[in-house]
Amino acid sequence: MLETEKLGKTYPTGDEALSDVSVRIDGREVVAMIGPSGAGKSTFVRCVNRLVEPTTGSIRLDDTELTALDDDGLRNARRNIGMVFQEYNLVERLTVMENVLSGRLGYVSNWAALRRNFPPDDVERAYELLDLVGLDGMEDKRVDELSGGQRQRVGIARAVVQEPKILLADEPTSSLDPETSRDVMELLTDIAEDRDVPVLINIHEVDLAEAYADRILGLHAGELVFDGPASDLTEESKGVIYRGEEPPESAATDPDWLSGADDESNLRNGQNAGSDRLPAED
Amino acid sequence: MAGAAREWSRFDARERLFRIGSVVVAAAVVVASWEWLDISLQYVATAPTHLSDLFGRMVPPDWGYLPNAVGPLAETVQIAVVGTIGAVLMAAPVAYISAENTTPNRTTYALGKLIVTVSRSVHTIVWALLFVVMFGPGALAGTVATAVRSIGFLAKLLGEEIEEIDFGQMEGVRATGASPAQLLIYGIVPQIKPALVGLSVYRWDINVRAATILGFVGAGGIGVQLFEAINSFAWQTVSALLVAILGVVLVSEGVSAYARRKVR
Repeated sequence: MLETEKLGKTYPTGDEALSDVSVRIDGREVVAMIGPSGAGKSTFVRCVNRLVEPTTGSIRLDDTELTALDDDGLRNARRNIGMVFQEYNLVERLTVMENVLSGRLGYVSNWAALRRNFPPDDVERAYELLDLVGLDGMEDKRVDELSGGQRQRVGIARAVVQEPKILLADEPTSSLDPETSRDVMELLTDIAEDRDVPVLINIHEVDLAEAYADRILGLHAGELVFDGPASDLTEESKGVIYRGEEPPESAATDPDWLSGADDESNLRNGQNAGSDRLPAED
Repeated sequence: MAGAAREWSRFDARERLFRIGSVVVAAAVVVASWEWLDISLQYVATAPTHLSDLFGRMVPPDWGYLPNAVGPLAETVQIAVVGTIGAVLMAAPVAYISAENTTPNRTTYALGKLIVTVSRSVHTIVWALLFVVMFGPGALAGTVATAVRSIGFLAKLLGEEIEEIDFGQMEGVRATGASPAQLLIYGIVPQIKPALVGLSVYRWDINVRAATILGFVGAGGIGVQLFEAINSFAWQTVSALLVAILGVVLVSEGVSAYARRKVR
């Protein structure tokens, strides 16, 4: 169970990327976080495992207060948080298996890491995950020989081999073609169900979010402006998320007030709305 | 538009004056240096005669001497090998603290830069003079001199390599909960490995060439024989030794080029 309370981040440049974001993610939910560029999606996800240090608020993973941890405590906590990156962030010159097993680094000694000597259980689990993500037989290939889609599968295997309590994905599909993007989203949702782990995906493709997520979080200018089931995401709520429009008094009385807007214009306008925000997002 | 001709010039008067002045100053420095050196061109005129005279005394090379040179030549290569390995081991931590993105704090950064500068600003032969006094004549002094000179070279270039690594790859490893040492093993070393191997072999190649003259100051290697041969005007021995050294240097360059091509 991940719970953030009034989480805020102000960068040293003075840009306020997040303000007072309170979210609770539980069970085996697939949660998609959407919003225009610069809305703070990446900042939020990175604050959870403190790749970015939050400035205010609290983050709890089960019973651990992550913001209070020292270096050792943080490393132990990160073992429980799997993360999938937009640019995969794999070690390019190492093999697929070495990269997957790096998900177990938190549990082995430095000497064992140097000799790539991982416990048999870890190796077995890594093989199973390579089967699951469809890379069986590829364990000795170097990562720089793989395609983007294959790399992201390695990234997912590395995150899942950690046996995390939550899986974070920071724009996992942005570097992939639409077909591969759907495969990756399917993989992530399957993992949530099979492994009984919640998945938080920050994503800018709204159609993918609607198709695969159980629940949607909408960020606009660092603030949480939408939190609800994917089926509740209406054109009005997209207007709120992407253009910062005030929610109408009663959406039901005027359902077509935004009928001209499609996803594309949402994104375009979203970029405009986000253009004065910090560039840290991508 | 009125038809007035528009003037344009790349530099204004002040800039032009400054540029002409710079050329005058540069020319003055060259002329003054020449004057101070008091170089006599008299020897240039007689150089061809001396050269053909020397050449005549060098030919044919004394091939019969070469079996005596095998041991010292091997020692020369060994000085380079041991000196380079020692240098790599000592340069790795120096590189780590002299790279801006891995150094623990400003003090360690300054210390790293200091070690690099001191090591690099003194030539191998000068280090060898120093270590011959410390350890006495022989290969040990030459080996230590080679290592000490190479630390700066390797640490500087490896440090720059560390500064160029892809931060994302490190971030991916860090996010799994890896320790700082594991971050180094998994996130940094694989990224700089080709450079590490390439630079080490390249430095070894340089050290083989440097080690051929270490004997001039008594620090071991083939230079001892070469120096003796020159001092006793045994020119046919000198030419045989030069050919042998050339052969060793060519082989080491070949090995170095091959190794650097192989690693990626």
